[in-house]
This record gives sequence, structure tokens and C-alpha cells, in this order.
Amino acid sequence: MKNAEFFIDYSRCIGCEACVQACGECDTHRGVSMIHLETIARRESVQTAPQICMHCEDPICAQVCPADAIKKTPDGVVQSSLKPRCIGCSNCVMSCPFGVPKYQIDIDQMMKCDMCYDRSSVGKKPMCATVCPSGALTYTTMQDIQRTRRGIPINEWKFGGEVVHTKVYVMVPPEVERVDINLVQIANTDAALPRDPYDVALMLENA
Amino acid sequence: MKKDIRNIARASGSDTMHATTWGLLATAALIGGILVGSRGLRYFDPALVSYAGATLFAAFGLGYRFSMWLRRPPTRLYWFRGWEIFLQPHRFFGNLAHLFEIVWSNIVLQRFIGRRSRMRWTAHWFLAWGCLMAAAITFPLSFGWLHFETLRSSQQIYRAFLFGIPIVQFPVHSIVAELMFNALDIAAVMVLIGVFAALWRRGRDHGAMAVQQFADDLMPLILLFAISITGLFLTASTHLMQGLHYTFLSQLHAITVIITLLYLPFGKFFHIFQRPAQLGVDFYKRAGVEGEQAVCIRCGSMYGSRMHMDDLKRVQAALNINYQLANDTHYQDVCPPCRRKNLALIQDNMWKSTASES
Ligand code: SF4
Ligand code: SF4
Repeated sequence: MKNAEFFIDYSRCIGCEACVQACGECDTHRGVSMIHLETIARRESVQTAPQICMHCEDPICAQVCPADAIKKTPDGVVQSSLKPRCIGCSNCVMSCPFGVPKYQIDIDQMMKCDMCYDRSSVGKKPMCATVCPSGALTYTTMQDIQRTRRGIPINEWKFGGEVVHTKVYVMVPPEVERVDINLVQIANTDAALPRDPYDVALMLENA
Repeated sequence: MKKDIRNIARASGSDTMHATTWGLLATAALIGGILVGSRGLRYFDPALVSYAGATLFAAFGLGYRFSMWLRRPPTRLYWFRGWEIFLQPHRFFGNLAHLFEIVWSNIVLQRFIGRRSRMRWTAHWFLAWGCLMAAAITFPLSFGWLHFETLRSSQQIYRAFLFGIPIVQFPVHSIVAELMFNALDIAAVMVLIGVFAALWRRGRDHGAMAVQQFADDLMPLILLFAISITGLFLTASTHLMQGLHYTFLSQLHAITVIITLLYLPFGKFFHIFQRPAQLGVDFYKRAGVEGEQAVCIRCGSMYGSRMHMDDLKRVQAALNINYQLANDTHYQDVCPPCRRKNLALIQDNMWKSTASES
């Protein structure tokens, strides 16, 4: 697919985990799923949300890497760590504003979503976008997304004082120009709610 | 805290000036080493001068690149913290023991590569040890640090000299002599095994094929193949073909070695110098586990060491990354799962507020 972009719409996710399974099928990280599928506020709702790498224009993960192990290809895809270089320090894991890289303890290295580079570099859809039934993860052209969706795709974020531009877009209401993360929403986290030892949802969350 | 006034992640002065100085210092140190080790060039073999020259260039390149690399804020921070933690008096002996352990497992046996795949391990282990063995012989030879002589009293006994000092002697026709004089051939065969194993893997692994790059991944294999095969041709020419084309072959071999030496500081081979320097991260992590843990301001769970989060704030400050949030909190104090949940909540709330307005 020519000129295709990746669009993420957290609110469409139905938690089916198809993306999680498909991700592990990718040849560049065979058997290891790179997608994060979060339950958001388990005691209150069944909401879930997927997180893939947003492929930042100036990736913070690469900036904070002491081994210079994270590289961006000319087509803007931020690759997983270079195996001869990565020393498993987790700087990238702890600094990525989207919480993307995963530290793999068995191989003492970081691995992350590389937009299924074996597929997307030859015009195929990444695995997750191929299987997502709800359109939370979509890989298509800009025209197509504008034609079929209610909101608009944007790729500008602000984390405190840090403005981040990403290759991957997020769907937002038409009047929004940038996703501003200035306050972290604490009210409905488990830590803020009274403890309930018989809360099954909480047990699942911590399992 | 004193450390906050002078952020150790931030380097001062000009990068190029510092790197050039370190490059020149490395070259000067090697020149000094060659002069002293070859006893004022007495044992320096002029036939090997081109190798020594290329090595001097490589020394400059390595000094330059290493220094440039250490000027990157995250590298710089780990470098200093790693030494600081390693040299702490109450940890020192434990650290020393741990150092032996990780050198044995990570460098000698390279177990961490085996965990990724057996084929990768086979390729890397043979390549690494073939190259290291060859380097351990050829560098001292070309610097005049190592040379061989027959005894004056007997042509049948060889003597090896290191820095002009006799270290060992052995009969010309002995297993030791055979091993010694064929060590480079053994190394070449090891490298070839590694090259073929690497090519086999790279030719079959779809993932590797998608991300590999010629200059970074295939070029080093081609260079090592060229060095090894021309080296083996030299032996074949001497022993099997009465010295046929020896001069041409030795020039060809020299060219392959010199190109590799010139490539050493800039390409994939730089990781040989990078990785050992980063053993410090292992000590950093151990100290982190023993120390205070960071607690996420959103969910209250522990997600890493306090030292790591504070150091990351220093690295971010040196890189001009500003994660300070509005209500005097810092995004670095939010754990990665909470960052993801928070993003989804914010996007969801945008839609909710639009819906309530309309
Ligand atoms: S989303 Fe995170 S992991 Fe992906 S490129 Fe940006 S900083 Fe790196
Ligand atoms: S874990 Fe690997 S890729 Fe991530 S910052 Fe550390 S060295 Fe770089």
C-alpha cells in the first residue's frame, strides 16, 4: 500500500487481543509480542487500549540510549535496538513518553515495535493493523481515514514542556490540534481508590 | 545536592577539540609503546611498517570516536557512575568478583548471545575468538614487540622474545612450534567458520534480511572473509606451491588488513571497544536494586531504582528534554504502564468532552 500511514484510536479498542497475538508472528521479533494492551481502570470499566511505538521524529528513546543502539530508517521507522550494541540499561524503557520499549530479561536487551519492518518496508500492513477488527489500529492512506472517520488524525503531543511529533497518528475530535499531557490523571487509579481485598478486577490487574 | 549544580551528564567545551585531543593522545601512546616495546625500533620489522601505520591511524580513529561517544550525555553519565560504583570501597571486592564472573560469561563464553539463538552464537563466537587470536599475534609482531630467533648454538631451537626479553624456547619440529607458526591459520579457519555461519543465518532469517544493511552488516563479513582467505593463500603458496605468487598474495593480504584497520573505528567493529566499556551498567543495575526504589506517582507501584530515575532527569536536562508537568510533578516519576493508560484516558476524555458539548 503506497503512502499508507498508521492511525491509532484508543477509544475503539474492544480488548480482543488479536493484535497481541498477531504481533508475535512478525519475522523481525518472532514469538515475542511487542504490543502493550492496557486495561485502563479495571474496577470501573472494561476499557482497554493498545500501544504501539509511535515512531517519533526525534525519538527520545534514541537520545537517551548510551549505546547509540536505536536507529531511525530514512522512511521514519524507529528500529528495535541493534543487538550488538544494546546493553539492556532500560534508559529507553523509562524515558519513552509513550511507555513503549520492553526490556527482555532473558536476553538482557530492549525490544520494541518496529512497525513490522519486514512487512511495512515492502508495502504490506503491519501485523496488528491487519487483524484489528475495530479499527483501533489502522494502516491506510490519509484520504481513506479522512473519508471514513469522524475525527481528525494528529501527530503532535506535548508532555509537560516537551513537544513530540510522531509518524503514527492518533484520532481526535476535529477542534484538537495537539494532545497535551500536562497533568497525569490520578483519580481513578487503584492506588487512589479504597482497597478492597475481594475485588476480582484488581486481582486480575495485578496478576 | 552538589551533583545537580554540575550535571555529570553534561560535557563542557568543544566536542571536536576534545575528541581530536584524545585521538592524538591514543596515537602518541601507541607510538611510545612501539618505540619502547621494540627497544628503540631494534626489533621493528620494516616489512610490516604499513600494518603499523594503519594501526596508528586506527588508534587515532578509535580515540576520537570513543571520546565523541563518551560526550553523549547518557553514555557519559553511565561511564562516570559505573566507575564511581565500581570503585566504592565497601563494594570493591564484591565488584571485582562479579567482574570476573561477567567477563567469563559475557566475553569468554558469550552466553548472552547464545540465549538469542544458537546460530548467532556459533557465528559470533568463532568470529570473535578468531579475530582476537589473530590480533593478539599480529599486533605485537607488527609493533616489534614479539619476534623469534634461532639459538646461536643450535639452528633447531627457536626462541620467542617479548619486548626483547626471551620468554620461551622450543624445538623447530615440535607441536608447540607447529601451533605457534600456524596460529594465524587456525584463527583464519575460525573466522571463516564464523563468516559462513553468519551468512547462513542472514540468508535464511527473514527478520534479519529486512533490517540488515550492507555497510553495517555485510561489509564486515566481507572484510573478514578477504583477510582470512588471502592469509590462508599465503600459507598454501609457501607450503604447497613453492612460493607461487607469494609477493602478489602478501600485498593483497596487506591491503585487506589495512582496509579493515581503517574501517575499525567507524563501522560495526567499534562495538568491540564499546561493549566492554559498558560492563559498568551491570554494576549500576546491581547498585540500583540494593538502593531506594522509585514509586510511580500515579499507581504507587515500584518501577525501577530511584538512582536511575534521578540520573535520567539529569540526562534529560543535558539533552534539553523537558518533562516537567504543571502541578510540580515530573513525567519521569510516572511508570511506563501508567503513561500508556494516561494517554488512552486523555484521548478518551477529548471525545467525551466533545460529546457533552454537542
Ligand atoms: S514512541 Fe517511544 S519507543 Fe517509539 S520512537 Fe518514540 S520514544 Fe522511541
Ligand atoms: S536498553 Fe538498549 S536500546 Fe535501550 S537505552 Fe539501553 S542500551 Fe539503548
